[in-house]
Amino acid sequence: MRRKLWLLSAFCLLPACIGGPSGGGPIKSGITVFAAASLQPAFDKMATPLAEGDGIGIQFSYAGTQTLTTQITQGAPADVFASADAAHVTTLNNAGLVQESQLFAHNRLEIVVAKGNPQGIHSLADLGRRDLVIVLADPSVPAGKYAQQALAKAKVTVHPASLELQVTGVLSKVALGEADAGIVYHSDIVTSGKVDGVAIPDAQNVIADYPIAVLKAAKNQAGATAFVNFVLSADGQAILKAAGFEGV
Amino acid sequence: MLAGLGLLLFVLPLAGLIIQAPWNQALGELADPTTTTALGLSIFCSLTATAIALVLGIPLAMILARTRGTLRNVLRALTTLPMVLPPVVGGVALLLAFGRHGVAGSFLRQWFGIQIPFTTAAAVMAETFVAMPFLVIAVEAGLRSLDHRYEEAARSLGAGYWRVFTRVTLPLLRPAIVSGAVLCWARALGEFGATITFAGNFPGRTQTVPIAVYLALESNPDAAITLSLILLVVSVAILVGMRDRWLGAL
Repeated sequence: MRRKLWLLSAFCLLPACIGGPSGGGPIKSGITVFAAASLQPAFDKMATPLAEGDGIGIQFSYAGTQTLTTQITQGAPADVFASADAAHVTTLNNAGLVQESQLFAHNRLEIVVAKGNPQGIHSLADLGRRDLVIVLADPSVPAGKYAQQALAKAKVTVHPASLELQVTGVLSKVALGEADAGIVYHSDIVTSGKVDGVAIPDAQNVIADYPIAVLKAAKNQAGATAFVNFVLSADGQAILKAAGFEGV
Repeated sequence: MLAGLGLLLFVLPLAGLIIQAPWNQALGELADPTTTTALGLSIFCSLTATAIALVLGIPLAMILARTRGTLRNVLRALTTLPMVLPPVVGGVALLLAFGRHGVAGSFLRQWFGIQIPFTTAAAVMAETFVAMPFLVIAVEAGLRSLDHRYEEAARSLGAGYWRVFTRVTLPLLRPAIVSGAVLCWARALGEFGATITFAGNFPGRTQTVPIAVYLALESNPDAAITLSLILLVVSVAILVGMRDRWLGAL
């Protein structure tokens, strides 16, 4: 049955593979990068320099870290895995599926509010107000788990209207005006442009660690290593910082 | 040969579900409050959505069956749009219409203080939006193949419009209505995309079984498989039950 499940997930991923490499320049080799959804704005900008410099065509697959972990466990054909938390990489490492991981970025939590902060939200304590519609990520999603930890540190009880399945769900519900506030990553607010952020003080904040690892089953080990090196290089770190991440 | 392949596509995933199921845990999972809450909510929402679809969908189908030409094509395209629209897009559309800042939602909020998103009502609306076309299409097809001589005979014998409708048209339409309602209910029960977008996810309020399965799949795959099986068993049980009671005419 494991084999059959593998086949099924391979079918699901087939469209992603036939898309072919994107970007200009002479493409010598291609890699597939599985990356946490929050990394999309930063990683998309890395495709062009890598294609032009090293001749590597990159196919990105963005999804929730937990979804990607499940897909890799089921044998999805990826070369690199960039995760939004250490726990999922450790799981894959223990299963012998990835090589040693390296931290490449950090991301702070931030309160997301509508443009101009019409409800006057200034701290985590304000999220306890009963007149506000608060939306959080589900605790099974890394962003939701961190949000719970931050709220526990601030000793705030929140009555969320919804526990979204992805951190982007929180962002879009605030951007559409359906929710007054939520907790997302600082990078989400920087790249969205449609919302404002309220900083959470260090004492209450939870900093997410982003590890990256090459898969043991990677078909293109050289290309995968080149991608990881670029992410850790000064150029890669500058792109990450511009997208609201903290470098390492 | 091709039919066999087609059948395999349905049967293999079901077989996978049944073979991989942690049967020893299934009973325990059934007693888990998360499961029972999601299941109860799913049954409530899908049945309510079907009831609303019946009340609103049958008149809509009658209008559709009576119009001709361009108007009919436009109406038909509008009613069947939710069938081809990705459900998530349907959910966004519902938010833009009935959300706090939506076309209708902002008035609901100002005048009556009603906010629909993130409520059970939102889950029911999302399911109705996605599932009602199945009922409308089935009833419209039934109406078109109806022999109108029965209605004319009843009218010539002095029966009024309402009496003809309830005593002649509806009974003749029964098979189409029942099969449309079953399709509509099944679609509503499995609804995911529009519900998560418009109603969000909160246990006991908007967390239906498909959403609970999606969440469990990431943290506890065994629970997800068990939940899927429970949904399967409930659907089959209701379908078989309905077949015996009402589908005899089909």
